[in-house]
Amino acid sequence: MAKFTLRINGTRHEVDATETMPLLWVLRDFVGLTGTKYGCGRSQCGACTVHLDGEPVRSCTTRISTVGAREVTTIEGLSSDGSHPVQRAWVTEQVPQCGYCQSGQLMAAAALLDKNASPTDAEIDEAMSRNICRCGTYQRVRKAIHRAAKEG
Amino acid sequence: MIKIRKLDPMNRRDFVKLGSAAGGGLLLSVSFPTKSARAAEPAHLDFDAVDMLGDGFQPNAFLHIAETGNIEIWVGRADMGQGVRTSLPMIVADELDADWNRVTSRQADAHPDKYGRQMTVGSTSVRRGGWMPLRRAGAAAREMLVTAAATQWAVPASECRTEMGRVIHNASGRSADYGALVGAAAALPVPEEPRLKDPSEFALIGTDVPQVDTQLKVTGQATFGIDVRVPDMLFATVLKSTVLGGSLESLDDSAAREVPGVRDVIKISSGVAVVADHTWAAFEGARALECSWQADFAMSSSEISTHNARLCEGDGVVAREAGDVGTALAAGTQRLEADYEVPYLAHATMEPMNCTAHVEADRCEIWAPTQNPQGTQRVGAELTGLPIEQVTTHVTYLGCGWGRRSRTDFVQDAVETSMKVGAPVQVVWTREEDMRNDQYRPASMIRFHGATDANGRLSALSARVAGPPLGVTDGPSRGDGADRNAVDGIATLLYDVPNLVVDYCRSNVQVPTGYWRSVGPSGNTFMLEGFIDELAQGAGRDPLEFRLELLDGHPRMKHVLQKVSEMCDWAAGPPKGRGRGIGLVEDKGGIVAQIAEVSVADGLRVHRVWCAADCGQIIHSGIVDAQLTGSIVTGLTAALYGEITIDEGKVVQSNFHDYEMLRMSDMPEVEVHIVRNREEPGGVGEPGVPPIAPAVVNAIFALTGQRLRKLPIRMA
Repeated sequence: MAKFTLRINGTRHEVDATETMPLLWVLRDFVGLTGTKYGCGRSQCGACTVHLDGEPVRSCTTRISTVGAREVTTIEGLSSDGSHPVQRAWVTEQVPQCGYCQSGQLMAAAALLDKNASPTDAEIDEAMSRNICRCGTYQRVRKAIHRAAKEG
Repeated sequence: MIKIRKLDPMNRRDFVKLGSAAGGGLLLSVSFPTKSARAAEPAHLDFDAVDMLGDGFQPNAFLHIAETGNIEIWVGRADMGQGVRTSLPMIVADELDADWNRVTSRQADAHPDKYGRQMTVGSTSVRRGGWMPLRRAGAAAREMLVTAAATQWAVPASECRTEMGRVIHNASGRSADYGALVGAAAALPVPEEPRLKDPSEFALIGTDVPQVDTQLKVTGQATFGIDVRVPDMLFATVLKSTVLGGSLESLDDSAAREVPGVRDVIKISSGVAVVADHTWAAFEGARALECSWQADFAMSSSEISTHNARLCEGDGVVAREAGDVGTALAAGTQRLEADYEVPYLAHATMEPMNCTAHVEADRCEIWAPTQNPQGTQRVGAELTGLPIEQVTTHVTYLGCGWGRRSRTDFVQDAVETSMKVGAPVQVVWTREEDMRNDQYRPASMIRFHGATDANGRLSALSARVAGPPLGVTDGPSRGDGADRNAVDGIATLLYDVPNLVVDYCRSNVQVPTGYWRSVGPSGNTFMLEGFIDELAQGAGRDPLEFRLELLDGHPRMKHVLQKVSEMCDWAAGPPKGRGRGIGLVEDKGGIVAQIAEVSVADGLRVHRVWCAADCGQIIHSGIVDAQLTGSIVTGLTAALYGEITIDEGKVVQSNFHDYEMLRMSDMPEVEVHIVRNREEPGGVGEPGVPPIAPAVVNAIFALTGQRLRKLPIRMA
């Protein structure tokens, strides 16, 4: 066990944990941020996607000891009120079905648009294919990303 | 029955907050305790608050109108992405002429009878659940509000109309908000046969209003089962037999108990539960367990496949018969026979199985992502011995359902674990345990014989289905008849075949089987529509024309097939290097035709899918479109990748690396057309699944001449 200081959504958190504990479970079970989901535990599905200094990572395989001083952003920190462009576009396009994977989809999409303000379909496919949606919302995800790119 | 409840704050647990609302009603807000600072606005409520209401008007279990005019509508079914939290309240609100912006959708707790059947399977929520009861609920309330206003104004009720949550009397220019009428309305008898709207009067039904929970789902605020947080709760996972049907033989938990955060290791009926301070410690503890399992079952996939083929050699139980197949086959100009086969499939819901339970001496509280609220409540009562009224079951959001959550094995895990540790416990299965302890879509095969006559028309069809029934490991079979689900999609075929026999050979292979989105037709339609295509091609017929001439008795089905062919301009044919194929089904009251367009030059790729559907009267057009598009993803995932293999009694696959899902990069361009009519509502969530697999294999045949009779697709 060791003490870690994490910066999550702009707030400092002191956490006692084993070094190997994945960030996912720190967020969900220690910090109480349950918007980030468990899907596979091995970087296969993307449901646990969060940002580390703006980079999308799979929190289920990101050990707490490797986070360091990097800022962690979760779905709860993307905006406090759903006002981030991808969230607004997701609402307009009515993307979610069951919704379970959507936090991860949104975090992946937000990271993509940060780097590439106007991605092509191929670039969207490339960036989003690490995120599984079992309900099959892909077509609306793609539309929503284009909308968010346009409407900013 | 009219229920008017006064709230006694002393009887409520401390997370219910009361206050005065403008107009003298009661303002209620309920916060569900979590470690996060989750907003506790009424709009965010996930759980049943029906007993927590103040004054107002509640003519039935589904509806409450407050003195503020705000309306709450309870949803008895579970929402797994099919949108019942939006669509069911729309039905009530439309008949009520409510202002949709003042309607709050509430998820109902389980109750033995208050909301009717709550089991959410078989695309039944609207067509066999809500449609008429919810229309009547809304219409009855509307009539009572009108009577209340008319009495107050001393005018005939027939001169009053309703609109956007108000009763209006045109002649006198008077109008009143529903909220102002609730007191008077509540004193009136509930009309037994309220006037229902003519479909032409629908204002909400059939539209595409924003869904009630999108905002929650894009902000991470929707509470799924795995997100439930209860004060002082523990977290657990369960290690189960590595061999199907196995039981624990030996256990060494010494290493598991050394894992930091692990509190306890206990035996429960399904395996070994590791109880910990957090989920990760439970997972690590389970990984450190040394267990051996004893099991009788040791079959492998190849043997199961051989077993099904051998069953086809024997006799089957007839499920449907017409004409004289033997004679007609012998007289056929073209005679074909072929074996088709589909594998076991896992559900692989995005949210792994989980449940939270808190068992105390005199009560049991369960929070479950379940399609089976009443079954969950019963499991709580049976295991604890408590009367059913003392078992509270909250239905959370479900991270996919697919039929998997109609079972209650994961509920049993949580209730047993909570009973043993004497604390609230959340049991979460790892993805690996979830995949290896599923109730799989059965592996089955069909042996077909078919013939066409001198005109190239289908004259005879024999289909022998071999495979296990659903629930095959649950105990002795419920009779020797043809299992309804096993032959669904074949015995129910709507093509006009003068000489037809469908029979069934029951397999007793002890791999657990269960409902999987669209159930029987998920495999049977692939097999049937593939063979129909073979017969058409063999007779030198266009596969579209071949099917259309068999559908004269089913104009709606014929129309849907014609529609999809127009969408892609079937007659013009595909672009160079591509092939097109058709799949068609009538399933759970929905009719769906799909045409897939594929290429194979650079590996198999499905480029486009056209989909036409007639699901009768629809409630929410955006949800129907999403369900059909999503169903194509489900069916295509199964067609391209889906296979659970068994090796000496063990499930081989464990996670998404070896049980793959369709991803964004494989997503075809899907175009959906919804046939609008006023027929009775049909199923929406499932009938879009079956046609895509045959559409794809038929397209591959059209392009390459290669006939694929087995899923998943493996190109030669």
